Amino acid sequence: MSSTSPDAVLAETVTFTGHGGDQIEAYLARPLAPGSRGGVVVIHHMPGYDAPTKEIVRRFAVEGYHALCPNLFFREAPGADPDDASAAARAAGGVPDERLVGDVSAAAEYLRGLDGANGKIGVIGYCSGGRQTFLAACSIQVDAAVDCYGAFVVEDAPEGMPKTMKPILHLAPNLSAPLLGLFGKEDRFPGPDSVATLDAELTRLGKPHEFHSYDGAGHAFFSVDRPAYRPEAAVDGWAKILAFFGANL
Amino acid sequence: MCTYLTEKITVDGSGKGATGWFGASEATVYVDHPVHAQYGHTVNIDVLNPALGPSARVALELTEETALALADAIQKAIASAPAGLASKDQ
Repeated sequence: MSSTSPDAVLAETVTFTGHGGDQIEAYLARPLAPGSRGGVVVIHHMPGYDAPTKEIVRRFAVEGYHALCPNLFFREAPGADPDDASAAARAAGGVPDERLVGDVSAAAEYLRGLDGANGKIGVIGYCSGGRQTFLAACSIQVDAAVDCYGAFVVEDAPEGMPKTMKPILHLAPNLSAPLLGLFGKEDRFPGPDSVATLDAELTRLGKPHEFHSYDGAGHAFFSVDRPAYRPEAAVDGWAKILAFFGANL
Repeated sequence: MCTYLTEKITVDGSGKGATGWFGASEATVYVDHPVHAQYGHTVNIDVLNPALGPSARVALELTEETALALADAIQKAIASAPAGLASKDQ
């Protein structure tokens, strides 16, 4: 008699229907063992739908979740290398907020439709994906959200920034789920003042949230392939993410 | 910091990217996270032809010191050649 190992996962590229009915690419990872599972939408950082992001998606599957990362730059650059796709998306002005919300909403529906889905959805995003996580959690119903150093939620973007990067703090009353925020104290975007402002606003509104700011860490401290990587912050951050999703999904 | 601040210009010439030579139509310059250079931020320069797809791209990720040195070297190289030698109207 054979049984499926609890850490056995299947990870693959899939196509799903995103915002506006567009067929877009996404990376899906899911455990092979039967079970009732929450889903995690992973929002990639600005450098794109790259190998380290796919590693994050696989980790969520190993931890027992269905995880899906839409390629937010697919429309601008189908089939391109992640760095070329990121450059193309940048040259086109970035991902419009409305399209992002549509893609995350569709990704959540996709996850809810998988065999064994328990209907609970978490969203996590890094860098620009941190802001987009807050945007999504204030725009659609989810069950948990994790903002990893997302900038321009609170602060005005520097002059010349396209409309896509406007502050979105005013959406906070609509936050639909508990928010875990993970930040580096040495980050300038978002700087500690912006993190404190978001923290205070969520407290004022009575929105459940848990913020942690790490000493000795700046932006992108989860990025294992970059000099910004800070093992202490990243290891502790991963533990907090898994505990948070464990409690809410 | 993830900036969307991008300086974009029209260019006339060619570049050699991952798929070989191509006619370039624009260039972008921005300060943001590099893909490969081992720094948190770099000056990123892309020479592109969007009509040929995202892979028609020559990419540079330079520290600001070396990006400025490159700009200076371009100025000096042009100044040391006869005026108009590499012009569109040569």
